[in-house]
Amino acid sequence: MNESPIIIGAGPAGIRAAQTLVEHGIRPIILDEGMKWGGQIYRQQPTNFKRTSQQRYGFDAGHADALSKVFVDLLDQVDYRPQSLVWNIEQNRLDVLQHGKSTVLSWQSLIVTTGATDRMLPFPGWTLPGIFGMGATQIALKYQACSIGERVILAGTGPLLYLVAYQYVKAGANVLAVLDTAHFSSQIKALPGLLNQPKQLVRGLYYVGWLIAHGIKIRRGIRLMRAEGQDNVQSLVIKNEHGEVETLDCDAVGVGYALRSETQIADMLGCEFKFDPMQRAYLPLKDLAGRSSLEGVYLSGDGAGIMGADAAEISGERSALALLADRGVCDADAAPMRRRVKDLEDRLQKISRFREGLETAFPCPNDWIDQLTDDTIVCRCEEITFGQIRDTITECDIREVNRLKAMSRAGMGRCQGRMCAQSSAEILAHLSGQPLGEVGRLRGQPPLKPVPAQVLADAWSPKTERSTTERSI
Amino acid sequence: MNKLNDPRQANQPQFRRLQETDRPTIDFFIDGQPCQALLGDTVLTAILTNQRAVRHTEFSGQKRAGFCLMGACQDCWIHLESGERLRACSSMIESGMRIVTALGEGPAT
Repeated sequence: MNESPIIIGAGPAGIRAAQTLVEHGIRPIILDEGMKWGGQIYRQQPTNFKRTSQQRYGFDAGHADALSKVFVDLLDQVDYRPQSLVWNIEQNRLDVLQHGKSTVLSWQSLIVTTGATDRMLPFPGWTLPGIFGMGATQIALKYQACSIGERVILAGTGPLLYLVAYQYVKAGANVLAVLDTAHFSSQIKALPGLLNQPKQLVRGLYYVGWLIAHGIKIRRGIRLMRAEGQDNVQSLVIKNEHGEVETLDCDAVGVGYALRSETQIADMLGCEFKFDPMQRAYLPLKDLAGRSSLEGVYLSGDGAGIMGADAAEISGERSALALLADRGVCDADAAPMRRRVKDLEDRLQKISRFREGLETAFPCPNDWIDQLTDDTIVCRCEEITFGQIRDTITECDIREVNRLKAMSRAGMGRCQGRMCAQSSAEILAHLSGQPLGEVGRLRGQPPLKPVPAQVLADAWSPKTERSTTERSI
Repeated sequence: MNKLNDPRQANQPQFRRLQETDRPTIDFFIDGQPCQALLGDTVLTAILTNQRAVRHTEFSGQKRAGFCLMGACQDCWIHLESGERLRACSSMIESGMRIVTALGEGPAT
């Protein structure tokens, strides 16, 4: 092995992958967009904050501290590059922007751990100031010790809904209501699957029980109809569990429908994708070991399908072991290695059954399109409305998402469809009468996130500096 | 009245501080007005603890306040008076920073 393996992402998957490589004498390069390691789930607060881990992570405090310590102990054995954005990939070239300067790295082995963002479904008024994603709602507290507003409603579905509500109330925020689009009966039906991770199940039940005991209103089986307000959200109009319309006053809404994988780097690498009906998304193909369709590219953590933070750690280690075996660093047939691999894969399969249970408990609503009005913005960046998308689909007889993007500009803005690709695809499938898997997936384009024009110019000038990577073995 | 610090509603803070309030203060400017933040605030937190929005959209001029807080949605890019652009959720506030959130008052570029 003459080039250091590169790990993209320093969340739970990236940390365990790095640890495993270091244990086998390899010094990986770790590229992470964050200011500090931990990813979104174990995001660290600024250094001058004083809250304890217990205050920030609750039941996960011990685990968060232990994982962070793993990384601290690795720091002098890895080439860690925080605040580094991989903004372009061409074959074996990565363009990486750090502190305003772009460098080129070449790679032979890559472990991609890009994580997830909220799965967002648009509704009328969702672009109003005061409305944030559920992940954002949690980050405001975990990272900045703030509540997103004075009078907060939390809405959508998924386990994060109850966790964030619990954390907010505990920290002294004023949570007016928790609105779950899923029905209580779905949660009962999901119990057999959820019993695969009894500890997680008990925690979930604890949060709900705690919220009820503290007088927080939990409503299930609701639908978000619209947010109202001139310059900021002032009320949320819902269809309640009895099908009646209700207006709830608020000045902030945290909303999310579980998570979606961040797959743009796998896409730019050229990994093969397959439609996953349960996650309603195209995901990069990988085997249980984390091998993608491309030689030398490994995928772990939520970026390759939502499995949660514990699974991310396991799959990070599993990918690193696959990399080591493929490059002949360790013997995949040796008994201790085989035992370890089997243990990791067994745990991943168990979590995947729990994951199916979560999908049953918190199904993503499939009637959300009915709530849209012609002037509902679907693409936040380019301000493309549902009416414009519908008319484009009809007038241009569109059947595929990249055509829809080209003709309507939905998904063509700065976020590259992170916030609207899912909903645009669902709208197209709905209106063209095709199954979701048939409308395709958006192609990624460089730069993956906005970079200064000078960086683009420099990156492709003949004098581009190519940083040499260390020889590690 | 295109300014975000419209006295009727928009000059209310959006974010509410719950903890960590004994940090040193940082003086900075929003649309020329002196404001205060706390050391360790992101630019987004610094703005949203003073008012409800961080920018106007380029097309309709709608107000926005960021959305994902994790560098994914790109909905919180703001200008400094110097012309530099920052993604507010992933930049830290600095003393003396001069932030522009008002419509049409950014630097001519």
